[in-house]
Amino acid sequence: MKTRLLSALSIFFIVGCHNIAAREESLYVALGGQVGLERLVDQLIEEIHFDPVVMSHFEDTNWDRFREKQLEHLCLLTGGECQYTGDSMLDVHAGMNVSEAAFNALVNDLQKAMEKLQIPVGTGNRLLAILASMRSEIIYL
Amino acid sequence: MVSVMNSNSFMAVLRRWKFLCRLTIAAISCTVVCSMTHAEGQLLGTAGVGPLEGGSGGGISPWATLAGYATRDEWAATATISKVDVSDFTLNAASVALNYQNRIELSIGRLDIQDKSGGEIIRQNIGGLKVRVLGDLVYDKLPLLSVGLQHKSLIDQDTARAVGAQDTSGTDFYISAARAWLNGPGNRTIFLNVNLRNTEANQLGLLGFGGDRGDRHWLVEGAAAIYFNRHWAIGAEYRQKPDNLSALKEDDWNEVFIAYFPSKSLSFTGAYLELGSIAGQRNQNAWYVSMQAAF
Repeated sequence: MKTRLLSALSIFFIVGCHNIAAREESLYVALGGQVGLERLVDQLIEEIHFDPVVMSHFEDTNWDRFREKQLEHLCLLTGGECQYTGDSMLDVHAGMNVSEAAFNALVNDLQKAMEKLQIPVGTGNRLLAILASMRSEIIYL
Repeated sequence: MVSVMNSNSFMAVLRRWKFLCRLTIAAISCTVVCSMTHAEGQLLGTAGVGPLEGGSGGGISPWATLAGYATRDEWAATATISKVDVSDFTLNAASVALNYQNRIELSIGRLDIQDKSGGEIIRQNIGGLKVRVLGDLVYDKLPLLSVGLQHKSLIDQDTARAVGAQDTSGTDFYISAARAWLNGPGNRTIFLNVNLRNTEANQLGLLGFGGDRGDRHWLVEGAAAIYFNRHWAIGAEYRQKPDNLSALKEDDWNEVFIAYFPSKSLSFTGAYLELGSIAGQRNQNAWYVSMQAAF
């Protein structure tokens, strides 16, 4: 019975939190605006450099350009007022043959970066969900 | 091989089963799970914890996920050794599982219950096959959908025969669906799994298969978990059970667990189990902790 009660409570908790989520601020603001995004992208680039699986796809990368476009894209995706001047996700990843494992490794790097910057888990999950929704425009192209 | 029963006396059987049950009653059990995995492709925490029946799943039910962290380009192998230690009895579960490209999972396992003082033992072999049919746990439009079977065969068959089971081996079939939402309610990652299982196994098969009150049933199993972050999750599991033996009532099982995933090579799980009525004793509960290591 205790266990059933706990299960029921967890479900109420989950449903209850859903209403709070509806009133949330923009992800861009939650991530700390432009300054926050810059810190995140810099940390992500550092994580990528320590990740051979992901790094193998970035051998010829112009890191200054990567940083600039990544910032623009993240700003736009998270609800900031920016223009993304880079190529589409499909164009960027065409011919790269990014594997499922490499994609997941990048997600892992992003999670590590957010952990190091102590970004709240809920904020991080909002960003991960956006990245996840672009997966089909990234892998096996 | 030690004989489980020294007579056909039903009371002796009942007493024996009560002893066996005691190992799950208010017991602290320690499960040590050692995994060898080739793959690190999947997200942390999506490989499940080591279920009693082998393969990938929670503590008391299999999940639609496949063993280890393999993606479509990889394979993974896991080896699991579990030990549950109570005053009079030991429960040992050992299994190995192979995951081929996140498509096919093969597992072979053994579930033993042993009386420490007498050395008497009930041993059961479990062979499992699970196939991912479609979908993905996290990313696809469709949830992860798998079908599986578990063939269970008692090596020590006297107890099952004595309590009136029809068979000493049997096969479970199940359909399993699982989904994880990265940004679920409350901006937390949540996981849900539902199984439909067709089975005739009494108490996971340790008391044989079928009985005077019936044999095959379609039963429901469910698991839900919420991740506080990618390292910590709490969850609950439910497993509907058959009740085939008029001599020994069998209840549905409930479980709550907390899991810690410091990395893909290590995880710890603690759980509280509510096993209901077993062998005439009501409200039987148990604690267990488990550790999973991957190399």
